[in-house]
Amino acid sequence: MRVLSKNKLSPVSVLGLIALAVVTFVSPAFAVDIKTVISKKGIKALLVEDYTVPLIAVSFAFEGGTTQDLAGKEGTAQLLTNTLDEGAGDIKSQAFQEMLQDNGMSYSFSAGLDAFSGGIKTLKSESEGAFDLLHLMLNKPRFDLEAVDRMRASRLNGLKRQETNPQSIAGKAFREALFKDHPYSRPTGGTLETMGGLMPEDLEDYRKRVFARDNLVVGVVGAINEEALKAMLDKVFGDLPEKAQLKDVPEYSVKVGEDSHIEFDTPQTNIRLALPGIKRDDPEFYSAYLVNYILGGGSFASRLYEEVREKRGLAYGVYSYLGTYDHAGFLGSGSATQADRAQTTVDIIVQEIERMGKEGPTQEELDKAKKYIIGSYAIANLDTSGKIASVLVAIQQADLGIDYVDKRAEYIAAITLDDVKRTAAKLYSSKPMVITVGRTVK
Amino acid sequence: MKELLMSLKKSIKAAAFALLLGSTAISFSTLFSTPLTSTVQAAEEKFGPEVTSFFLDNGLQVIVIPDRRAPVVTHMIWYRAGSADEPPGKSGIAHYLEHLMFKGTKTIKNGEFSARVAAIGGQENAFTSTDYTAYFQRVTPQALEDMMTLEADRMENLVLEQDKIIAERDVVNEERNTRTENNPGSLLREAMAAALYQNHRYGIPIIGWKHEVNALTKDDAIAFYDKFYTPNNAVLVVAGDVDAETVKMLAKKTYGKVKRRAEPGVRNRPSEPEPRAARRIEMSDARVRTPSFQRLYLVPSYNSDEDGEAEAFEVLAEIIGGGSTSRMYKSIVIGKKIATSAGGWYQGGALDHTEFGFYSSPRGAATLKDVEAATDEVIAELLKNGVTEKEVSRARSRLVKQAVFSQDSQSSLARIYGGSIILGSTIEKIENWPKRIGEVTVESVNAVARKFLKKKRSVTGYLSPERIEG
Repeated sequence: MRVLSKNKLSPVSVLGLIALAVVTFVSPAFAVDIKTVISKKGIKALLVEDYTVPLIAVSFAFEGGTTQDLAGKEGTAQLLTNTLDEGAGDIKSQAFQEMLQDNGMSYSFSAGLDAFSGGIKTLKSESEGAFDLLHLMLNKPRFDLEAVDRMRASRLNGLKRQETNPQSIAGKAFREALFKDHPYSRPTGGTLETMGGLMPEDLEDYRKRVFARDNLVVGVVGAINEEALKAMLDKVFGDLPEKAQLKDVPEYSVKVGEDSHIEFDTPQTNIRLALPGIKRDDPEFYSAYLVNYILGGGSFASRLYEEVREKRGLAYGVYSYLGTYDHAGFLGSGSATQADRAQTTVDIIVQEIERMGKEGPTQEELDKAKKYIIGSYAIANLDTSGKIASVLVAIQQADLGIDYVDKRAEYIAAITLDDVKRTAAKLYSSKPMVITVGRTVK
Repeated sequence: MKELLMSLKKSIKAAAFALLLGSTAISFSTLFSTPLTSTVQAAEEKFGPEVTSFFLDNGLQVIVIPDRRAPVVTHMIWYRAGSADEPPGKSGIAHYLEHLMFKGTKTIKNGEFSARVAAIGGQENAFTSTDYTAYFQRVTPQALEDMMTLEADRMENLVLEQDKIIAERDVVNEERNTRTENNPGSLLREAMAAALYQNHRYGIPIIGWKHEVNALTKDDAIAFYDKFYTPNNAVLVVAGDVDAETVKMLAKKTYGKVKRRAEPGVRNRPSEPEPRAARRIEMSDARVRTPSFQRLYLVPSYNSDEDGEAEAFEVLAEIIGGGSTSRMYKSIVIGKKIATSAGGWYQGGALDHTEFGFYSSPRGAATLKDVEAATDEVIAELLKNGVTEKEVSRARSRLVKQAVFSQDSQSSLARIYGGSIILGSTIEKIENWPKRIGEVTVESVNAVARKFLKKKRSVTGYLSPERIEG
């Protein structure tokens, strides 16, 4: 069945990542019993035991991500996500694929700017086999040339398609304008040229540098006890090198550049705006999160939704978000509308940003935002084992503390109207950079 | 949706696919209590929730799916009204009405429903398909009664004013731009559906043809609403941290007060004639960078099939087109090395006859003709020699295992039960799905393949950067 939705789901940031902040709110009524487990070999994981459903969800992340691609080898980490399951040890691609399918586990790998992440979900009854297969993928992938060629060809196809996708075109311009010479400006999926040149040894080199124990975080949820988890941690991750060899990624202070328009013949103009922002560890993070929710973070309730979509029917989707990465932060916003209404849409978004900088939120808006952000935590993030496992990983990545799930509501509740007004004035008082991709109106 | 299927990396397993497709959601219908095939241990472990169903006096069916792990409930109302139920010339009205359902009622002002959902941190959305329209909220259990009150209210008290709903029509136009006009792949699929369905309204896009959407009015929306939005034409699904008795009490108190507003009757939509001619759609667009090939066959759905044909198609799709161990992928991508992708799918969740499809995208110097010929070769081999016992048992086992994963998500369960029952299934059938998949045989798979994978039942689509020669 083809299905259309009333509203776009969460806007994906230009960098292909959803801001970390998305996974971090809590209802005070809900307590997740999180345990810290450390294996014999010293590998740490956060665990939530739950036997309601006969499943185990494992999430993990290696700090590093696409910033660890070597210069000229952009796309390595992302190609790796497609090749880890193409045979391991003595088992070649097709036989390995059949083992994965027969086991029935679901698995995925992804590479963002700051981390290489993965996750599996397995039936309890098949978990030993699933952990063996995961161990093989992380420790002994084959990277046979045939498989690498095949996956590279598929990636190249994707890169070619991006050349005429207005969102991708806008994303590229946005990234380059924001991050200039910083590693964050590089295309996470590589270019036709760099992807085309990647070889098996590049994948193995990346794996050896980044897959290690000192940059690893793990979250596990489901039908598994502490002892079984310890054995699993040593089996899957215990043979990895103790220390990762990560290149330093410099801290970067975002400065927005000139506005630009990219001419492209398409029925709907893509619009992106950006301002310098803050990182996740900034003391004003919670305050900024509330301000962003009020401006354009809430899907059916935000100033941008009201002004752009509800009142004027200018767009199907309009949003704003906090781009919080390990080494830089920015504020993003965007929409899409037909060419002859693009300027009006830009003007309204810019006006709303200015208004937020000048006036800040009202007490009523702040109260509503707090209620939403506190209440939505359990509803949005704690209802499946896979999502809880992701939360356990995110808590460790951002170093939020094991009591974070319980403390979160207090952090939000403590923010005052003065706080959000100060944050709004600080973050939204300069002129945003505007990038548009579409037809010029004659 | 299909584009997602095609562009997704193979390592994201079919489980994720089916959720994205929504359509094959029924293939996920897991679960529970029934003995599974011997290869599947899962049946011996704790299996699935006790699902309850009852009817209110006004004809509303209520389904309750317990999931007590987190203090969350998913509240969904499904209407037997989709784009295929629209009157001629009014394409897009089902979807436009879905947007307008957020505009307020006699007592609730525009946006207030959404504001009350947001005030408690809830989530909400709505969606329209060819066969149904559904609305949902995910909230804490304490807020369930409020959601039921508001949803029951807008089942009968919607208020629309022409001048206030014009802006929302522009929103729908921008939605069409985002989904379709900006994407040549979507335009091809629209054209292929229009060719595959020669008489049925499945050939018309859910979002509507642009010129017809632009002429839709308040009266069109109200006429559709008055015809289909009535308790006896709806299914309520409540999943999560709540018990059946509480839901029953609350449902009587809220939805129970809504009068039967109409008698929509049996859904006799124009049906497909026996197909006689293979059709071809060739589309070129300067924005296309990588050519792509698709083939659709008109086949029965779970609701329109006979004797387990849908389950056999499900297994067939897994064998011929499911992931990187499928026949298509092995032959075309790995063996011949002429494509970057190749696979197939079965869209079983529909009221009437539906689609079995194949896709591929050529690699290197290979052409669309090459990948089409290679696809035809795999199909011909299948029709000639059939599938093997080993292939069937593996596919059955995989499908049943994947189904267990849906138990982890109350939203998925709510969607599976609602989406299946609204299309004519029953709780018993959903619960027996693993058993029926376990009973699919080599013969039944070969039989559906030979009966339905005929060129005359198909549409072939080419999407390329420039005009196709010949």
